[in-house]
Amino acid sequence: MTDPLALDPVLPRAERARLAFNAAASHSDRYEAFEAHVVSGGKIESTDWMPDEYRTAVLRFVEMHANSELMGVLPEREWIMRAPTLRRKLALTAKVQDEVGHAQLLYRVAEDLGKPREAMFDDLLAGKTKFHNVFHYPTKTWADIGVIAWLVDAAAIVAQQALRESSYAPYARTMQKICWEESVHIMHGRDVVVTLANGTPAQRDMLQEALDRWWAPLMQMHGPRSDRSKDRDLHWRIKAKTSEELRQEFLSIYVPRVWELGLTLPDPDLRLDKAAGEWRYTEPDWEELRTVVTNHGPRSEARLEFRRIARAETAWVRDAIVHGRGLAA
Amino acid sequence: MTDEAVRDRADAGQDEHAGGEPFEVFRQEKDGGPMVHGGSVVAPDAILALHYAREMFSRRGESVRLWVVRRLDVHELDDLDVLAPPLDRSYRKPGGYVMRDKLAAARERAGTSKPKASSGGRDTTGRKGSKP
Repeated sequence: MTDPLALDPVLPRAERARLAFNAAASHSDRYEAFEAHVVSGGKIESTDWMPDEYRTAVLRFVEMHANSELMGVLPEREWIMRAPTLRRKLALTAKVQDEVGHAQLLYRVAEDLGKPREAMFDDLLAGKTKFHNVFHYPTKTWADIGVIAWLVDAAAIVAQQALRESSYAPYARTMQKICWEESVHIMHGRDVVVTLANGTPAQRDMLQEALDRWWAPLMQMHGPRSDRSKDRDLHWRIKAKTSEELRQEFLSIYVPRVWELGLTLPDPDLRLDKAAGEWRYTEPDWEELRTVVTNHGPRSEARLEFRRIARAETAWVRDAIVHGRGLAA
Repeated sequence: MTDEAVRDRADAGQDEHAGGEPFEVFRQEKDGGPMVHGGSVVAPDAILALHYAREMFSRRGESVRLWVVRRLDVHELDDLDVLAPPLDRSYRKPGGYVMRDKLAAARERAGTSKPKASSGGRDTTGRKGSKP
């Protein structure tokens, strides 16, 4: 940091506009000023002072997001070798590479908040931190790859677009880049789905069966309704929308796009209440969500074990890169 | 890792990583464009930082040039009282010069009227350019 005093400030230190970042002020004054700054739409950089409550909340949010990007490639990678054409294989490989890249970007954001990457991997693999529910399920057919890339990514991007407004600026900037890349994944997924929808009766059946299986996890993905006034992440403007707002947005864009293909969704109560301007649906199974995200889902343990093995097997590469060992000999 | 351990580490300003040190990444989107901050990577040296930056910031060919700079070599000034003090700076900007009425008075005095030429009697110097 350049010494600001050398540049002759106009106002004395105590009257600085950004009191939160004034090291001379008391903690409670700084906390209040920080809160006012963030609540009124102000942005925070990693080098700015921030209260522990904020740091911890952002870290927890970003770490969970990073974990989800990292674990989210595992269901899809299972189909790289089984992709039906070379172009599909290239697209799927690129998507998997993108998602790992997103994990790298997000772990960087989290690292700057004080938690080393190795500690984040340790906690993920020990089951101490979580990843998104949708990545705890098996992929049974090629249609799953279409449904994941289209609808899981769509549900995610609805949330991620809102995060471009996050008060934590390094996260918001990263989300701009990630959203740009995710929009390609959605097109890739929708293309797979529409291709199958135009296919043989067996391909249409396969697509419908995949949709039927993925609908419940998709409806659970954004989480139960929460009280806006009690949500700390909303208060600090780490995120901008409630889970129900995100779910409604997802439904209003994507349900019509599913229906226009002549496909059905396995919820007899799903409909748009035009008067209220809201989608009605059967209450998702929140017990299933809780079970799955605490690593008791059908593929939770297998996916974590795969990640443990991969981490151990590639340890020598990281060691060689960092310490230059193993390359010389 | 506990919240307390993370907090202590942050409070101590520790920025050490098993994979090296942070490098800030700047990218140029097209030839002649500005170098824009893209994000950061952790690497043991600049060569590997460039490899990582290439993987992170040009997988789709979206950059024509990349810079990596050790974070420790970045010096920051973010004091708004120094950068943007609450003083009238309008004399430094084209919009700080409003002369419609004065110009009308001058024309009246000279017995001329507003020229019809494309310039419209308006000096556009400094108006068309965007911020550097």
